[in-house]
Amino acid sequence: MMKKLLFTLLLLPLLAFAAADLEINTPAISALKSAMQGRHGQLAAHYASGAVGLTRDGLIAVHDANAVPLKDRQGVNSLVAAENNDRNALYREIAAANGHPEWEAEVRSTFAGRWVQKAQGGWWYQDASGWAKK
Amino acid sequence: MKRISWLLLVVGLVALPACVTINIYFPAAAAEKAADKIIDEVWQLKGEQAAPETKESK
Repeated sequence: MMKKLLFTLLLLPLLAFAAADLEINTPAISALKSAMQGRHGQLAAHYASGAVGLTRDGLIAVHDANAVPLKDRQGVNSLVAAENNDRNALYREIAAANGHPEWEAEVRSTFAGRWVQKAQGGWWYQDASGWAKK
Repeated sequence: MKRISWLLLVVGLVALPACVTINIYFPAAAAEKAADKIIDEVWQLKGEQAAPETKESK
């Protein structure tokens, strides 16, 4: 009886250690990832032209609509809206998948920094003082 | 043997709050790691993932 209790107590920290990685392998997260990956094929050119940039809150926004021919602008707006829907859902899902829905804001700000960090040179992003070119 | 059991019990009890702590505070390092993994997939950066840490400057 005592032995069993001890064993359990000793295993608990190991479990916590295993949990040091965030859970990101849920069906919902995978679905969002592949949707965003597919959309990136269309968005990449707009990041490069400066039409679309990365925002401070982990989303994207139209930065320079003039970089897009008039007839394509509506399409860009829809792309941005769809991407932001997925990004918002992604942050929410990651927080939820780890049992802490209240982590959403922190997940979001972590992502905001990492998107910018990994952005290619020439892409636009927002920092505390506004738009900047990487 | 009994002494060892007690020692283990104390160690376990001390370690217990540590698990709780990990789960209450936002794991910033783990989140960064998770974010990097997802961004690499979404932007398909896996090929050039070798040296992302060296690019600290903006």
